[in-house]
Amino acid sequence: MARAAVLGRLTWRVATVAALRDETSTARTLVLDVPGWPGHLAGQHVDVRLTAEDGYTAVRSYSVAAVGDGDRIEVTVEQVEDGEVSSYLAGVAEVGDLVEVRGPVGGWFVWEPEQTEPVQLVAGGSGIVPLMAMIRARAAAQRAVPFRLLYSARTPDSVIYRPELLTPVGGLDVTYAYTRQTPDGWRRPPGRIDATLVAETTWPAEFAPTSYVCGPTAFVEAAAGLLTDAGHDPASIRTERFG
Amino acid sequence: MAIVSRGFVGRPRAERADLPPGQYLTTDFPVLSAGPTPSVRTSDWQFTITNETGRRYTWDWRAFRALPTERFTVDLHCVTRWSKLDTAWEGISLDTLFQNVDTVADHALVRSHGGYTTNVPLVDLLDSQAWVAFRYDGKDLAAEHGGPARLLVPHLYLWKSAKWVKSITLAVQDTPGFWERLGYHNYGDPWREQRYWGD
Repeated sequence: MARAAVLGRLTWRVATVAALRDETSTARTLVLDVPGWPGHLAGQHVDVRLTAEDGYTAVRSYSVAAVGDGDRIEVTVEQVEDGEVSSYLAGVAEVGDLVEVRGPVGGWFVWEPEQTEPVQLVAGGSGIVPLMAMIRARAAAQRAVPFRLLYSARTPDSVIYRPELLTPVGGLDVTYAYTRQTPDGWRRPPGRIDATLVAETTWPAEFAPTSYVCGPTAFVEAAAGLLTDAGHDPASIRTERFG
Repeated sequence: MAIVSRGFVGRPRAERADLPPGQYLTTDFPVLSAGPTPSVRTSDWQFTITNETGRRYTWDWRAFRALPTERFTVDLHCVTRWSKLDTAWEGISLDTLFQNVDTVADHALVRSHGGYTTNVPLVDLLDSQAWVAFRYDGKDLAAEHGGPARLLVPHLYLWKSAKWVKSITLAVQDTPGFWERLGYHNYGDPWREQRYWGD
């Protein structure tokens, strides 16, 4: 059981957009300056609140994409169809604009550098975001515990954090599975992850990894089912779903 | 709260009186759970209420399904901000299950297959406010939504409506459940927007 990482009352804090980074044609990262930010763990999320001129507000939750850096947090937002908050954050907001955030929220889907067991990450689409926070936390803490990432994306162009993931990191193995279109000469035809891919590219159950699975509901259902079918203890599999 | 997010317009302001603050409507049925979906067979299924003296009241699937059922239509409010209105269920009222349970306890800890727990005041489980539901929208409840049977306490945020429910333990003292220990509100009233600790 992860220790509770949310302590006491969560208050709304004003956040200023400090930088923007396009990740794909539909996803971008917002670097937010949040004075007084209490810090967070890899895998936690924040509530983001937008306020219109007439006082109308809308709130959505987003995973934090990187481990704590003082008063700065990063969220990566995938624009969803008809999404009133995501279309603003992924498209409209500019450097200097104001939003509000509160958090961190969620003390279960977290990885902490004190953990010593191997880690299996399984991402579907923008489900990579909290898992990337774990990869970055591992690097920041200079931990050697072995990580594996199985990342299912529609096409090579829809891979978020692609340049960073393509840079080799000791102890981190990344496998991509493309569902719609693959790079030329890719060894596996487009398709969903399946038992064969799980058997070939993820930790065997005997290694007793902790697994983190994040993505759309149907993806998480399928991926968590493949892991339990492969013999993993259900209690070792943590899931986070959206959509 | 004096800030404005420049350029943010938002959806048309069709305020709905039947939607709690901070919620938006959805028509699909999202799934949220902390781990894999357990496979629970009705042949192995048991539901147990344990009172504060340790006395147990147990039903297997056949005995449970022999109880009088209710059909009810309720609104669901998830702490992740979606609400789904007018959902149609069939289940056993907790009033029926508690009919012969001897207790003066105030607190209930609900347990699920897979290890999930959540705490609910007993008074919130009685008086036609809660059910163990086994059919949704005219069909047997799918495993990903908590089948074969889940608790439904629709006047509280949906994390209180434990999927794959297997037992309720009554106690004089309150014990926070899984999410309640991890930062979510101990009671979880959507109309008072009790999402997190301190709300």
